[in-house]
Amino acid sequence: MDWDINLFRLNSTVNTSTAGQKAPLSLAGRLVIAIGFILLTGGIIVTFAAFAYGHQAARNAFDRLLVGAATQISASTTIVDQHPLVDLPVPALELLALAREDRIAYRVVAPNGVTLTGYDELELPVSQSDIYFFDSDFTGAPARFVAVRRHFAERGFSGAVITIVGHTTLAREALAWEIALNAWVVVALAGIGMVALAAFSIRSALTPLRRIGDDLLRRDPKDLTPLDVAVPRELQTIVGAINRFMNRLSRQIDGMQNLISDSAHQLRTPIAALRAQAELAAEESDPKKQSDIVQRIHSRSVGLSRLTDQMLNRALVIHRADTAFHETIDLRKVAIAATEAFDDGAIFESGRLRLDLPQAPVWIRGDALSLQEAAKNLISNALQHGQGKVSVVVGGQLEEARLSVKDEGKGMTPAEVQLFSQRFLAKNHKPGTGTGIGLSIARAVAEAHGAELEATRSSGEGFEITLRMPAMQRSGEVGAS
Amino acid sequence: MRFQASAFAALLIIVPANAQEDTAFFGLESSSQTLLVRSTTDIDVFAPVVEAFLAQEPELSVAYEQWGSNDLSSLSADNCETGTNSADLVISSAVDLQVKLVNNGCAKAHFSAATSNLPTARNWRNEIFGVTEEPAVLIYNTELVSPEEVPASRFDLIDLLRPADSRFAGRVATYDIEESGLGYLFAFMDSQQANTFGRLLEAFGRSGAIATCCSAELIDGVANGTYLIAYNVLGSYALGRAEADPRIGIRAPTDYTLVLSRAAVIPKDATSPALAGEFIDFMLSGLGQSAMSQSRLIIEFGASASANPTMPGGGPSSLRPIAISPVLLAGIDQHKRAIFLAQWRESLRRQ
Repeated sequence: MDWDINLFRLNSTVNTSTAGQKAPLSLAGRLVIAIGFILLTGGIIVTFAAFAYGHQAARNAFDRLLVGAATQISASTTIVDQHPLVDLPVPALELLALAREDRIAYRVVAPNGVTLTGYDELELPVSQSDIYFFDSDFTGAPARFVAVRRHFAERGFSGAVITIVGHTTLAREALAWEIALNAWVVVALAGIGMVALAAFSIRSALTPLRRIGDDLLRRDPKDLTPLDVAVPRELQTIVGAINRFMNRLSRQIDGMQNLISDSAHQLRTPIAALRAQAELAAEESDPKKQSDIVQRIHSRSVGLSRLTDQMLNRALVIHRADTAFHETIDLRKVAIAATEAFDDGAIFESGRLRLDLPQAPVWIRGDALSLQEAAKNLISNALQHGQGKVSVVVGGQLEEARLSVKDEGKGMTPAEVQLFSQRFLAKNHKPGTGTGIGLSIARAVAEAHGAELEATRSSGEGFEITLRMPAMQRSGEVGAS
Repeated sequence: MRFQASAFAALLIIVPANAQEDTAFFGLESSSQTLLVRSTTDIDVFAPVVEAFLAQEPELSVAYEQWGSNDLSSLSADNCETGTNSADLVISSAVDLQVKLVNNGCAKAHFSAATSNLPTARNWRNEIFGVTEEPAVLIYNTELVSPEEVPASRFDLIDLLRPADSRFAGRVATYDIEESGLGYLFAFMDSQQANTFGRLLEAFGRSGAIATCCSAELIDGVANGTYLIAYNVLGSYALGRAEADPRIGIRAPTDYTLVLSRAAVIPKDATSPALAGEFIDFMLSGLGQSAMSQSRLIIEFGASASANPTMPGGGPSSLRPIAISPVLLAGIDQHKRAIFLAQWRESLRRQ
């Protein structure tokens, strides 16, 4: 047993070192890269959005200022002696001076296009709307303007007086930057918070993995019991896989141990008998008697050889059932392959063996070869020990697949089934017949497939032994079956 | 005809050059760099400041041109447009016209520790700096006006003029704001401060107050007894005269006192803007400020220890510095000015 575990360890070390040649990125590294990417992308998007928003907000705020000033100036325009007169209100300029560093410009234009007062060089608006914003420049600096139109209909004067008010854009840009910067600072702080939170989550998320590792390291080398570590749901698959693996390992080791002890138990008696016979033969002087003894030695040797075959066969099947890859197979094909092994050309024609299969496939997951072996053993038992006709029946419902072997004899009691399917053969068992071994193979295969072995005996219908296992549902074929 | 036209054009160009009132050169002719300063301040008032500056920078020289405020303003505007003949530094008491120059983008910015310590009312865009502190005051004839009669505030002045038989009728003078840019600026700021101004103008009109051109005439008139009181006289000039002439008494109105800061601007086409910046920094430094105090370009009064004892008046809370900001553009707007002058004329004419 120790030897086996060491082998396993050796294997696992080899596996680890080959995997280590291209070590995948650590979980923490992956998370950091993912979060970093999100933050970077988000940061760039937010920066652009913040600048756009800042510009928009600053534009709105200062445009209101412009309109306020322009409206005041426009409102203070009166018609005196049929001429418009602008009593420039100081508060209008105070309003504009709120943008402290900006130079200001204004122009009031009569309907005939003549400048009444202010900066003659200011551009006229292209739009006819009553309030119109536009960007232009003022003595070489970029500037924002609003033109407000006021319609007069006075005696001797009618038409629209246009008041244009503008300022350079320093304060707007400063405000836009400030808004953008503030937004950016918030995003940066949030980013730092997210990184800290992520680091914390990574640490706490990886703690269960460390616990599993610690638990495995602390174990006694002979301890193959399932891991009992509290882990989050996401890690239960890993723990489950480890536990299944250990379970399988444990079973294999058990199997091997069983093989050794069974062999010792089963082979000791016939070999001792053979040896006694051989000694007897050596001492016998009568050639006739000696020939009889040799005859007995031969028949015993044949029986021993069959027993050895069966035992090795059983060990192989059990091992295979445990280790082979489970694929989706049709239980009908298993039944066909198993019965074909008994086909001596006459057994079907004589009606001794018959196969009863459904029309639709019965899908299960399992190893075809070990299942065939199990079925063969059941059929062989029925043919040898049962009476009357033997039928092999495959059936499937939605969730359960069945393979039954029936005969018309009285069969075994459930206690006998239990006894024979045990690993150790009964003391009173007559070595050489192999019944017990066949049943124990079927039972081991059933266990490896999560199946049940069930025996039913009814006086009218004879004896039936059934392998029940979970059925697979194949999409599209569910309806057909 | 062609010749005549070009001669006329030449004359036009020369005319502004001839409008300068006086020039002076400070420092050695051989010095490597010369700073050209154009200013409205009298040479003899400003000379100590320039000399104090040159004491710090002996390798420099300063060419100083004294101008009338309107001429200086239009010259600076021309220089800005043509980009030639620019001074290195323009200092003017016509703060509103200086603000317009800056607003038109004709100034060069200057940053320094000294400029950033200036209050916002004395620094706009780092392109125009208020370098002096000169109050607008009431002056009176000490022989003809008894201490009890001396008005402490505008309300007192209105009360003095109220009686129909007031002996002050026709003997109170102020700037003719159509002639004097400084007088206009003070009057316009008065109109913004309080509605006292309307009542004061009304009292002036009713009592037949005199509007006359310049600081010198106002001070002379008070000294010789032609006027008993003159209103809104620039403190720096009045104080200078009062020290030599005991007949002149000075009072800063306690309701509020306007304080003018002459504005220094470095034109955008200045040939030595760095030197001009150094000169500005000097004027704002401790040495410069004490030189300006001696020239009475910085006047402290009220309760502080360094206050000028000959200038009784309100405390610092009554001071109204004329803020250097684009708001001053309102006063020099064509229409606004026409309307304001018409109101002023109308008020004073009323008997």
